[in-house]
Amino acid sequence: MILRIEGLCKTYPGGVKALDGVSLDIRAGENLGLVGESGCGKTTLARAIMGLVAPDKGTVIFHGHPGRREFCRQVRMVFQDPFSSLDPRYSVRAILNEALRLEPRMTTGEGLTRMRRVLDLVRMPRDILSRYPHEFSGGERQRLAIARALMTEPSLLILDEAVSSLDVLVQKDIVLMLEDLQQRLRMTYFFISHNLRVVRRLSRKIAVMTGGRIVEYADRDEVFNRPSHPYTRALIQAAFNYEVAP
Amino acid sequence: MSEMQLAWQRFARDRVAFIALGVLGLLYALTLFADVIAPYALRDESRLHTYCPPTALHFFAADGSFSGPYVRGVAMHYDKYRRRSYDETRDIYPVKFFARGESYQFLGLMRMDRHLFTVDEPGRIYLLGADSRGRDIFSRVLHGARVSLTIGLLGVLISFGIGLLVGGIAGYFGGPVDNVLMRLCEMVMMVPGFYLLLALRAAVPDSLNSLQIYAAITIILSFIGWAGLARVIRGMCLSLKERDYVLAARTMGLGDMEIIVRHILPHTISYSLAAVTLAVPGYILGESALSLIGLGIQDPYASWGNMLSEAMSIVRLQFAPWILWPAFFIGITVMCFNLVGDAWRDAWDPLLKGRGEGA
Ligand SMILES: Nc1ncnc2c1ncn2[C@@H]1O[C@H](COP(=O)(O)OP(=O)(O)OP(=O)(O)O)[C@@H](O)[C@H]1O
Ligand SMILES: [Mg+2]
Repeated sequence: MILRIEGLCKTYPGGVKALDGVSLDIRAGENLGLVGESGCGKTTLARAIMGLVAPDKGTVIFHGHPGRREFCRQVRMVFQDPFSSLDPRYSVRAILNEALRLEPRMTTGEGLTRMRRVLDLVRMPRDILSRYPHEFSGGERQRLAIARALMTEPSLLILDEAVSSLDVLVQKDIVLMLEDLQQRLRMTYFFISHNLRVVRRLSRKIAVMTGGRIVEYADRDEVFNRPSHPYTRALIQAAFNYEVAP
Repeated sequence: MSEMQLAWQRFARDRVAFIALGVLGLLYALTLFADVIAPYALRDESRLHTYCPPTALHFFAADGSFSGPYVRGVAMHYDKYRRRSYDETRDIYPVKFFARGESYQFLGLMRMDRHLFTVDEPGRIYLLGADSRGRDIFSRVLHGARVSLTIGLLGVLISFGIGLLVGGIAGYFGGPVDNVLMRLCEMVMMVPGFYLLLALRAAVPDSLNSLQIYAAITIILSFIGWAGLARVIRGMCLSLKERDYVLAARTMGLGDMEIIVRHILPHTISYSLAAVTLAVPGYILGESALSLIGLGIQDPYASWGNMLSEAMSIVRLQFAPWILWPAFFIGITVMCFNLVGDAWRDAWDPLLKGRGEGA
């Protein structure tokens, strides 16, 4: 077990109940996919896990190593918008280097080796270190964001709509790349998306969220073949355009 | 290419602003080499040349042949209304280049006594005329630029340093920190600037030497300017801190101050650089105003402001209009800073729109 989420609640000022008692377990090697309509609280959940949003109630327990430092190294997040997740004022080198903040001291050479390695992993050329984010396309930026997340060799990668803003071909490339990465590095994905096809491809387990609650949480095939909640059925029907037997 | 370079390219395309930047560069260079360029030292005076008008430069000898630049001596006399006037005498004083004159400390490094141009005593060369004590206004404008041009820049740097930090902290942390800091800003901003200037100046003892007065004025000026900037920066930080790259930095374990300095304040630079440039004139005028009413830099030290205090009498202005020269230099400087500031802001804007970077 990598992460245990217990009873997370979050009400934003203004009264929007974004999380309403969310509990989930993420086990090592068992990719978890989270689907749900826009505004149901998926991003809020990811941010609460990362400590970017303070939950009103509930806990996030990180197994393996205690302490915030280990958590930050082991759990990394890739953001939805590749245009705003990389600071336009810094070069690729500086951006990747920043990810090493919590790593034990490294020499410049070791850091550089690490950068080259992650650039290889995300299939970007090695000679882009002195270039700036605005010189890259959305897909390339998302690869850079993934590269940054890989810098500390994390065990859990949270991808919040990481491919949603990209065109379908680039989406496919990145999804294939993510599959390949998982085979090479021992990593687990927490994959958030409203694209059911992508989620089905990448996840072992699937959670369905609506109105800040998890209404369905089971193995992938279970969810697709025997959805228990009407909302899940509606989702599947909308995505694949076929009727599921009740 | 970084955004800074792109903005610079755009800026350089604005001819007028580019020239204004050149003029500012020239003014600051003149300041640096004031001792060399000025024919006379700061304390040099000649009571026989009170309000002497600008000296005419002659190039041709009496027989019409070219002789190189020279000036003639002048004799003061009073007309029947007891008004001073000056007539040229027959004495000829050739203008000498890089001749020895009063010695000075060049750039604080070594003693030198060469001046760009001088004439032998008792001849005097007043390119822009003389003031009440027969001091060369051209020389004093150069010496005064040291104070007037640097005090603005220094004051602005200090107050913007404070403003950026206070605004950044207030905006990033929010909550009670924000509340306390913003109320403080409002208190500073509530008092009209000039009265605050006077009140603060009154709090500084009179028995200061010129350097201490310079430092005191700089600090007083910077105390006034920071609040406005802090408020704007705070507003920008409120939205900047929600950017994904800030969130990403937080998840990677960067400290709060580090995030403010690395990922938030640099994004306000487009605004703050323009604001800094546009604020310098205010500081230059502030120093001038203080010195003009005798609370700033004291005679015999020169600043453009205290040189102008002589020009407060309409009668003197009528007979010696050249004592207004410092005002001309203040005007040029203020205008150039405004042009550069405006152009710089414009150079940033299209970039910011293109990148979806607010403000
Ligand atoms: N900072 C905030 N302040 C107030 N309300 C917020 C804030 N952030 C999100 N919300 C609200 O909380 C709800 C959940 O938002 P969240 O971003 O978690 O949804 P989401 O599932 O990620 O949606 P999407 O699929 O569009 O990304 C929404 O109704 C949103 O309006
Ligand atoms: Mg979202």
